[in-house]
Amino acid sequence: MKILSKTSTDRTNERTSDKVFRILSLAGAVVILIIMLGLFIELFNNSLLSIKKFGINFLIADIWNPVKGEFGAAASIWGTLISTLIAMIIALPLGILIAFALVELLPQKISNVIGTAIELLAAVPSIIYGMWGLFVFAPFMANYIQPVLQSIFGETGLFAGPPLGIGMLTAGIILAFMILPFIASVIRDIFLMVPAVVKESAHGMGSTLWEVTSKVTLRYGMQGIIGGAMLGLGRAIGETMAVTFVIGNSHKISTSLFAPANSITATLANEFAEASEPLYLSSLIELGLILFLITFIIQVFSQLWLKKIKKTMGVQ
Amino acid sequence: MSTEQVKSEEAENRKPGKIEVRNLNFYYSEHQALFDNNIDIEPGKVTAIIGPSGCGKSTHLRVYNRIFELYPEQRAEGEVFLDGENILSPQVDLIELRKRVGMIFQKPTPFPMSVFDNVAYGLKLHYKLTKNELRERVEKALRQAALWDEVKDKLNKPGTALSGGQQQRLSIARAIAVEPEILLMDEPTSAIDPVATAKIEDLIEQLRGKYTIVIVTHNMQQAARISDFTAFFYEGHIVEYGVTKELFTRPKKKQTENYITGRFG
Amino acid sequence: MIPRSAKPRKTYDFIIKIFAWLASLSGIVILAWILYTVIVKGFSSFDLAFFTELPAPPGVGGGGLANAILGTIVISLLASVIGIPIGMLAGIYLSEFGKNSNFAESVRFFTNILMGTPSIIIGIFVYTIIVLQAGNFSAYAGAVALAIMMIPLVARTTEDMLQMVPSSVREAALALGTPRWKTILDIVFRSAKKGLITGVLLAVARISGETAPLLFTALNSPYWLNGLNEPTANLTVTIFNYAMSPYDDWQQMAWGASLLITVGVLAVTVTTRFLFKEKTKNKII
Repeated sequence: MKILSKTSTDRTNERTSDKVFRILSLAGAVVILIIMLGLFIELFNNSLLSIKKFGINFLIADIWNPVKGEFGAAASIWGTLISTLIAMIIALPLGILIAFALVELLPQKISNVIGTAIELLAAVPSIIYGMWGLFVFAPFMANYIQPVLQSIFGETGLFAGPPLGIGMLTAGIILAFMILPFIASVIRDIFLMVPAVVKESAHGMGSTLWEVTSKVTLRYGMQGIIGGAMLGLGRAIGETMAVTFVIGNSHKISTSLFAPANSITATLANEFAEASEPLYLSSLIELGLILFLITFIIQVFSQLWLKKIKKTMGVQ
Repeated sequence: MSTEQVKSEEAENRKPGKIEVRNLNFYYSEHQALFDNNIDIEPGKVTAIIGPSGCGKSTHLRVYNRIFELYPEQRAEGEVFLDGENILSPQVDLIELRKRVGMIFQKPTPFPMSVFDNVAYGLKLHYKLTKNELRERVEKALRQAALWDEVKDKLNKPGTALSGGQQQRLSIARAIAVEPEILLMDEPTSAIDPVATAKIEDLIEQLRGKYTIVIVTHNMQQAARISDFTAFFYEGHIVEYGVTKELFTRPKKKQTENYITGRFG
Repeated sequence: MIPRSAKPRKTYDFIIKIFAWLASLSGIVILAWILYTVIVKGFSSFDLAFFTELPAPPGVGGGGLANAILGTIVISLLASVIGIPIGMLAGIYLSEFGKNSNFAESVRFFTNILMGTPSIIIGIFVYTIIVLQAGNFSAYAGAVALAIMMIPLVARTTEDMLQMVPSSVREAALALGTPRWKTILDIVFRSAKKGLITGVLLAVARISGETAPLLFTALNSPYWLNGLNEPTANLTVTIFNYAMSPYDDWQQMAWGASLLITVGVLAVTVTTRFLFKEKTKNKII
């Protein structure tokens, strides 16, 4: 076969089979972009009915009445934010401690066992967390934790109301359990990336083990930890099944952590299949749009952040 | 604190340390890396440790501040006396030991904080000082490390923003800020450029007398230039140890001579 | 300048270490607690009927989840058939063709974002484009929703695994005159085989345990599978429906289904972990 082909026109003289292959793979990549675009378009289009009817008020109205056709997202948004906040407050410090233990403290064999346990926890489907949460952990909260909290802090304010077990606090704690494996392994990976000489230098100065970690290792990896925390946040906000089972599904905003609440995902999971009426459905989809935009923004920030630190960590 | 107290404390801290090694054996799991090392490090002098790669120079050095203990499969047997106290004894307080024995590593290791905080790190760890005292001590250390003029306007900049040579001098400033008795240097100039190397060699010259310096180097010329005593290691053994000038001009052992003349590296 | 006593520092260090130990052990405790619960509560549901019969009406007892088991398998399979090829092609594009171009960078960017999109949103999306248009829930819709979740996962792991193959391998094949497509699909894939399989298996395991995307696409059904264009029984939505119901025997069934799902997902996860230990590079960076 001749080397110089008559039909060569493009820069690399691809054979047809290669061209087809390249186009196919490009198509695969394009599918992803199309899906992203489609998400925006469809969510927005299908929310239009509700957006037109309720406008900006939708975001702050604490009302959810399918019978009367009045919908406001405040309770759902509030629940999403608070349960996520609780989850992050618990999971971040615990994640740091666990990463510290895995990398610096525990003997290798024990570290491996615990590391495996954490990876398995990450693989457990969220509906299983939901089941365990509803039937085992919520009663545990109701019988042991909530009464104790009430006896320490009194039955008012954050801890008012009957100890039902389900509710905002329990949802936040279950969420924490769900994102803890992810956060712990991200921080662990970052601790492992800090060069041994840097840690040895800190030890050489006469620091205790925790001083090395908190004063030097953590600072060294802070940017990566922030990136990981952002990703964990994104996961917590979008989590559905675990939260739906235990949050209590009440469209009322309450000051008490023990009160039943709602989250965007729980509202969607519980009510979507039954929403036959167009306005109801549109309002639900608008809730979905709000959730999508929140997670989209968090994701964009995380990606940009991680890109930025990849560059600076390359310099170090 | 009165000036006399501070001064007398300084006088005390100023005494450079003496190290005596007796029958030191070192193991990485089952593999033995150091064999019956015996050596006396002269206080206030610069002692160089030379030898081909993998001969145990760094391993030996890292026993002096027990930094090897970070790695559970490494262990040392024998005795190492710092001013008469055996630092390998399990009763030893590691924090106290590392206050008295400072270490500089092959790669400059600025901590992720400002230049000032880097130098202040050890001071804040081990001492209670007023803001003024801290600033004075940081400036003093930076001057001793011949870095003050270059960074005095950049004290708040991150330590990582300095050049490689400056970072290494920063690491030195950080180490000498707490006025240790011994300074261990593990190939301190192998990762920096020749000009910066020359500055650091000058610095070592200046620190001599105030500190006992033990420097591991694979650069024989460097050892010849800056050290008072030299120990030649080969495959975990100390083959020869003596006054640098003599070791390099009239080595007693054949192996030493072979290494110095470049017959193996 | 006064020396600081090291004692409070050491005490503080000791306390933190205790908390760190406790935190680590809590990881094991929670895992054990969950597994114990699922096994103990679910195992009693396992009888022949569970695996062979249709669900009984609530309160009657007996019956099984055979249709749901079949449904989950069918939907997952269908999702894999759609999602794996597309994901792999995308991964191949990123690794072999696009590389560092601006376009490829933006594809990576959006792939990561898609991966972080809540699964229930994907379910809503597929609802609007398939279920609403077709007028009915279906296994197809469920499979598409799960496929959309698989695509970014498979694309990422495919790209990562292909990137790990040294360029010398590609160059050697090309130098022999191998066409590009064969170089990639044959030679490079072969070198990355373990990692690719691991990535695919993990993605399949991951979507098999998903509930939210199926909630309003495949929905659920008490009947046998009767074509893919109908609401289809599946284990995860069944768990959701039954668990939230007030009936004890249905809740018991939900535990049985939970055990089945958990065993399946963890079995695949553990096996692939043994198959290929270094796969966990694709966390965030």
